[in-house]
Amino acid sequence: MSAIVPWETDPIRPDEPKPLHITVDGTRIEGLQGQSIAGVLLAHGTTEWRTTTAGRRRGVFCGIGVCFDCIAAVNGESDVRLCLRRANDGDTVTTQDDTKEAP
Amino acid sequence: MTHVLVVGAGPAGLSAAVAASDAGARVTLLDSGDGLGGQYWRHLPLQRPAQREARLHHGWAAFDRLRGSLAGIEVVTEAQVWAIETHDGIAVHVLIGPADAGGRAARTLTPDALVLATGAHDRTLPFPGWNLPGVFSAGAAQALAKGERVAVGRRAVVAGAGPFLLPVAQSLTAAGARVLGVYEAARPSALAKGWLPRPWRLLGAAHKGGELAGYAAHHLGRRVPYRLGRAVVEARGDGRVEEVVIARLNADWSPVPGTERTLAADAVCVSHGFTPRLELPIAAGCRIGPDRFVAVDADQRTSVESVYAAGEITGIGGVDAALVEGRIAGARAAGAPASPADLKRRGATTDFARRIDAAHGIRRGWTSWLRDDTVVCRCEEVAYGPLCDAAAATDQAALRSVKLTSRAGLGICQARMCGRTVEELTGADPARAEDTTDRRPLAAPIRLGDLAAPATTCGKDTHV
Amino acid sequence: MNADVVVIGAGIVGAACARALARTGLRVVVVDRGAPASATSARGEGNLLVSDKAPGPELDLAMLAARHWPGLAASLADELGPGFPDIEYDPKGGVVVATTEEGAEPLRAFADGQAAAGVEVAHLTAREALSLEPHLNPAITAAVHYPQDAQLQPVVATEALLASARRAGVTVLPHQEVVGVVREGDRITGVRTATETISAPSVVVAAGPWSGTVAGVLGADLPVRPRRGMVLVTARMAQRVFHKVYDGDYFGATQSADADLQTSSVVESTPGGTVLIGSSRQQIGFDDRLRVHVLAEIAKRALRLFPFLAGTPVIRAYGGFRPYVPDHLPVVGPDPRHPGLWYATGHEGAGIGLAGVTGDLLCAQLTGTAPAIDPAPFQPSRPSLAAHLTGGAA
Repeated sequence: MSAIVPWETDPIRPDEPKPLHITVDGTRIEGLQGQSIAGVLLAHGTTEWRTTTAGRRRGVFCGIGVCFDCIAAVNGESDVRLCLRRANDGDTVTTQDDTKEAP
Repeated sequence: MTHVLVVGAGPAGLSAAVAASDAGARVTLLDSGDGLGGQYWRHLPLQRPAQREARLHHGWAAFDRLRGSLAGIEVVTEAQVWAIETHDGIAVHVLIGPADAGGRAARTLTPDALVLATGAHDRTLPFPGWNLPGVFSAGAAQALAKGERVAVGRRAVVAGAGPFLLPVAQSLTAAGARVLGVYEAARPSALAKGWLPRPWRLLGAAHKGGELAGYAAHHLGRRVPYRLGRAVVEARGDGRVEEVVIARLNADWSPVPGTERTLAADAVCVSHGFTPRLELPIAAGCRIGPDRFVAVDADQRTSVESVYAAGEITGIGGVDAALVEGRIAGARAAGAPASPADLKRRGATTDFARRIDAAHGIRRGWTSWLRDDTVVCRCEEVAYGPLCDAAAATDQAALRSVKLTSRAGLGICQARMCGRTVEELTGADPARAEDTTDRRPLAAPIRLGDLAAPATTCGKDTHV
Repeated sequence: MNADVVVIGAGIVGAACARALARTGLRVVVVDRGAPASATSARGEGNLLVSDKAPGPELDLAMLAARHWPGLAASLADELGPGFPDIEYDPKGGVVVATTEEGAEPLRAFADGQAAAGVEVAHLTAREALSLEPHLNPAITAAVHYPQDAQLQPVVATEALLASARRAGVTVLPHQEVVGVVREGDRITGVRTATETISAPSVVVAAGPWSGTVAGVLGADLPVRPRRGMVLVTARMAQRVFHKVYDGDYFGATQSADADLQTSSVVESTPGGTVLIGSSRQQIGFDDRLRVHVLAEIAKRALRLFPFLAGTPVIRAYGGFRPYVPDHLPVVGPDPRHPGLWYATGHEGAGIGLAGVTGDLLCAQLTGTAPAIDPAPFQPSRPSLAAHLTGGAA
């Protein structure tokens, strides 16, 4: 399972991070200021959020914005690479399912 | 005043921007990320400051020095170059704002000189189960460890080929993961061919040897096995990775039957080398050499008069080469001479790329670990069997034809992940320009509304 | 090497000609300077249209093609088996829409003219148009439904024709450019590439926009010029576009001769889930450098038809060269000035749809059998083309 290094014990001595909240498919998830949306999900232990045309699940693969596996709709805009998009407090994320027929 | 535009703020781009500015040019530095440093110096964002972040990095002092030298340089982050036009001088079209957002500010730059330093990304060869959640490129594991302080799993396997696997394992450990092992496909004989007998004797530069010796010692100290001549040939699990199969490889990288071992793991981080990001150099009209990198002369100038290239797009040379090439490119783009010391340093770095390839270059037998249902094109879910059928059906295996009949390479990533692999599997001849997957006139997706009328037209930049 | 016919060009028209000829028992060699199915045939949308053609010979040919393609597609699928990729023939129909007051009456009048020539045409109210295409801009001033318009995957179709041709004994030689001609007197008796001489009493030029160049190499001339077009491809989405949908200016652009940029909107979904958006026409020679303002124009016009596309990412732009002929009719027939020389070219954006019937028409003329349609309007010697030829009509 993916997980974030707890800031209190991280040897690189980070400042206390500030929290934020996003919604993913209606569920409220806690994150930290400065995380990408993918980072929020991975820190939360979620490693998959998209369904391909073959009905298979994807999350992050390349982590740097070249594979487009991690895309989801953010604040109503489809196909946003979550590994590149910095999370803002109140962001609404809707996961994408390529097997769905109608909008 | 010469206006120099630098695209990419990794080691090569930062280095070029500072050199051009020092040489008296007006400089604009663009990066598509929201921070500087590229992949090599991927770091925590401003909102998450950390006192000892340098501990996660190599050459942090060099990074600090470069980013402290940017006064007078126009730095634009979250700046995505989506097209370059060449029919009427060079025009660079940029969208500025959060990644993939609609309505980003649009800008068109027409610099006197262009320095392209767009870097590279992992090349991960497909294997059964590589499309399961929990399988990542090695680069992702490192980017998430350094940029998010996230470990992609608790029990991680690192595999593939190349010296890059070792710092990835180190980053994973520093993010709290247990690294079960690093599995390098190259066998000792190949490593000896590429490096000197000891695999951590990398470059002429002494400190480089120390860097990798540090890694090796770290691994030995932490009991992370570093195994040669091995590959992950399958990832398995119910909906996500639960175990991997590791096999010994022959010299040609074909798996040796009967040597498979299964290991329980929840993260698999794989890279078999790097693919340079060539879409912008190609869009700018730069000639690509037979080695599939941007062809440059001693001045880092491409085949296009006012366009320079530095860093991984000219050859996988690592950070030392990138810094030197960047300085040369930046100086020459500004119309100043390159320093003799830099020209000499660069000579020492060109060997690195050749050595890596000799030691860790992909060998053709890898395809025997594919199965008919192994996904090759991740975006379009095109598996190996159907891809071969499409190639057979089109007899001459013309790449464009294979793409359009199988859909491989036509998905949203536009063949960044699968392109080199599809070329190889279908026998395309990369010497023919139409037979490569590197050409992308649109370098990044753009929403139709923004294509029709950009949100804010700052107008074309003019040289002042 | 000896053959009965050399076909120059392994695109869809060359493939159809080769297949038709080989199935009569002739020995055919196809030669292409590049890879098969990779030039113009690989750079369009796969249009099989009657809707964009004014009454006249080309429309007649298109009506014949509309009846011919379903059978051809089925026959190819049958012959090549389930392992061969799907041609994706889809008789989806077309909806042509006017969104301005000035555009409404010309569209209706054009459709009425086509109806009189036998095209299936249905005038739609705005509400009817919206029931066919719910996401269309509701500000429609006129709309016409053309049930006979269809779509297929052009590269697969070309490869299928080639595969079938090979089964009939055709040899396809890729990456071989024809660099010279062999003559006996003024009879053409073969062609030369860099590595071989292919002797054949008949040579068919089916080289699309390069047919003029190839004709020149053979010592002839044909006024075929390239007309550049661009296509945008979106990210996949749940289907929101159900027919080919175009603004009424599409046919205006194909009929006009302006060298400057002509754009008109063509929008359709594909089985892969993407939406293809065209189209543009420019006479800029063989210049394939990107022109952002062309893409912007295409985008603007598409948004007039389907406003929802504003938020849709475009992931790819590609372009190609159509073979443009000054009198807007394909050239299918013998060159009377050069015995042994034949043309099957000049389809300007309609090549995919007309390929099958072109192959048959060329074959009928070459073998002296009864053609399915009067070949006279398509002869190189026709009066409207004669003015552009050296030495006029023979």
